[in-house]
Amino acid sequence: MTKPVIPPNAASGQQDALLTVTNLKKYFPIKGGVFNRVINHVKAVNDVSFSIKRGEVVGLVGESGSGKTTVGRTVLRLEEPTDGSIVFDGTDITRLSKPEMRRYRKRMQIVFQDPYASLNPREKIRTMLGHALAVHHIGRPEEREDRIVKLLEQVGLTGDYLDRFPHEFSGGQRQRIGIARALAVEPDFIVADEPVSALDVSIQAQVVNLLEDLKAEFNLTMLFIAHDLAVVEHISDRVIVMYLGRVMEIAPTRKLYRSPNHPYTKALLSAVPNPDARARPDRIILKGDIPSPINPPSGCVFRTRCPIAIPDCAKVIPVPTEVSPGHFSACIRTAPQGAALSTPELQDAP
Amino acid sequence: MQAASPQTAPPKAGTPLLEVQDLHTSFIVGEGQTVRAVDGVSFVVNAGETLAIVGESGSGKSVTSLSIMRLLPKKIGKISKGTIRLRGRDLVPISDREMRNVRGNDIGMIFQEPMTSLNPVHTIGQQIAEVVIQHQKVSKSEGMKRAIEMLEVVGIPEPARRAAQYPHEMSGGMRQRAMIAMALSCEPSVLIADEPTTALDVTIQAQILDLMRNLQERLGMAIVFITHDLGVVAEMAQRVVVMYAGQVVETGTVEEIFTRPLMPYTSGLMQSIPRMGAEEKTRLQAIPGYVPLLTKLPSGCRFRTRCAYAEERCATSEPPLEQLENGRSVRCIRWKELDLPTRASA
Repeated sequence: MTKPVIPPNAASGQQDALLTVTNLKKYFPIKGGVFNRVINHVKAVNDVSFSIKRGEVVGLVGESGSGKTTVGRTVLRLEEPTDGSIVFDGTDITRLSKPEMRRYRKRMQIVFQDPYASLNPREKIRTMLGHALAVHHIGRPEEREDRIVKLLEQVGLTGDYLDRFPHEFSGGQRQRIGIARALAVEPDFIVADEPVSALDVSIQAQVVNLLEDLKAEFNLTMLFIAHDLAVVEHISDRVIVMYLGRVMEIAPTRKLYRSPNHPYTKALLSAVPNPDARARPDRIILKGDIPSPINPPSGCVFRTRCPIAIPDCAKVIPVPTEVSPGHFSACIRTAPQGAALSTPELQDAP
Repeated sequence: MQAASPQTAPPKAGTPLLEVQDLHTSFIVGEGQTVRAVDGVSFVVNAGETLAIVGESGSGKSVTSLSIMRLLPKKIGKISKGTIRLRGRDLVPISDREMRNVRGNDIGMIFQEPMTSLNPVHTIGQQIAEVVIQHQKVSKSEGMKRAIEMLEVVGIPEPARRAAQYPHEMSGGMRQRAMIAMALSCEPSVLIADEPTTALDVTIQAQILDLMRNLQERLGMAIVFITHDLGVVAEMAQRVVVMYAGQVVETGTVEEIFTRPLMPYTSGLMQSIPRMGAEEKTRLQAIPGYVPLLTKLPSGCRFRTRCAYAEERCATSEPPLEQLENGRSVRCIRWKELDLPTRASA
């Protein structure tokens, strides 16, 4: 069986990739039985390849169990990859030791969904942001307070908040602090894992706007993980759709939302209740639940819920195939395998 | 399923089933201080109709539903004023025992998190049968039979096998269906759904919303749908109540609310969510600031501190909820002079 290979450069259409992920796998062992041995694995991420250009925002969408959060954590080495490689700014960081990794930690940061759970409740804002700077030896101690105030201002807060504790802030303000902490070390790359999902709609828009401003100001590169398809469309240049640990489709945002190729993407987009389209006769309602990632279906993982599956779908694992420039889809029905390869280097890939 | 309660034929579409009038619910916060979490809320829901209550956290939408169900936390929360009429009968003064009867037979409720209403130590079948037996005085075996039928109605495959399972053996979507089955097992005339799909994935949400619409069509229920998701509102509701800081700030049909909002807060909400498939990317219009705490409400209009149209006189007195024609209402002293933007047309 052929391994899905998307040469990263072909996937992004550019040479200037800041992050390149190739055939990434992350399996979590399940222990059990009398001897508490590993009896099975949760295949959270299975053969995922993509790349992100400098200054690009790539959205990563999928439902629970799709592996999107695990991808985000694994590319930052917050989880150890089971297989595959992660290349950051030309360096393979997949197997770097902890001390070696420290240099890169400063350049790669994460913003979490739940700003409350990710902030230490006993630390004042001053201490918390001061730590982030001290750990990475940024600025002289006496300069740090000015820096922290500047950071707070960049995320729309003020120096008045320096001596407050996390519980004194609202959800939106806490998320701003989470973003300030990520920005404190001046990273090149940020993984934003559902950064606005826990916020009220009026506050969501504030934080989305803030992320866009910061992206423009600091030329940030971002992996934006979310299940809200409207927010992802708004903020991303390209979008990756995952299902049960695998990539179903990758495309420039406009293409993905206007002309999705994969039946899962189509169903997902049609399922979103849209305030701008009241009647929806074309909705595809998928049957059943997402299967267990411990024992995913053979062949295409989506076939058990797919409206157009055929017997062959159980036999082959579909490879993300280019259906138009920069648009990849992993489906033997809608993206015939081996066909439509528009870039020559795709065929040369190992 | 059909034969459950022959004495009450499905109510005729359009008859008012639930009428909430001037509801006030207060909570004790700290030493002797109380806040009005729900402050003079009124609305009517008719048979066969879905009314959406929209608001952000702290708007009082969930407290409104808990007040109707009499599920407020004892000792700290209580209804201080107002009436809640179900088919003309006021539920506020009745005893807890009578209310228990109402909860099972006439009003059903589904929540965001099914595990809060499902008992982990009983099977799904036992729990639904229990409700049926208690409220309809049928035998144990008849109750179980009815439970399995209900699981089938809500689209659970292999209902007999599923009935023997415990809640933890089911997925989130399954549990949500089981809870809907339980809420509907006595064919309530009013269903209160408090963020019933918020914790679910979109493909599962689509299944559940579809199911609720089908059941409503068959049973003629009135549904009160509490949500913050404007997409869900557009899809499910005919009429909308917008709440802010404990008060109703605007009411109208879905069409009116989406195409011609009269209250700046509603207009702000409409503009703050991104449009899918938009021709051009435009910056989101965020509402500045935060929802005020109920203990620190601004003087006058509660929204004025975040309102782009606020004037000095907005601070002087609290604007009344002005009643316009056909059940439309708005709480803003400037509504006549404002021409508020809504979502950019497609």
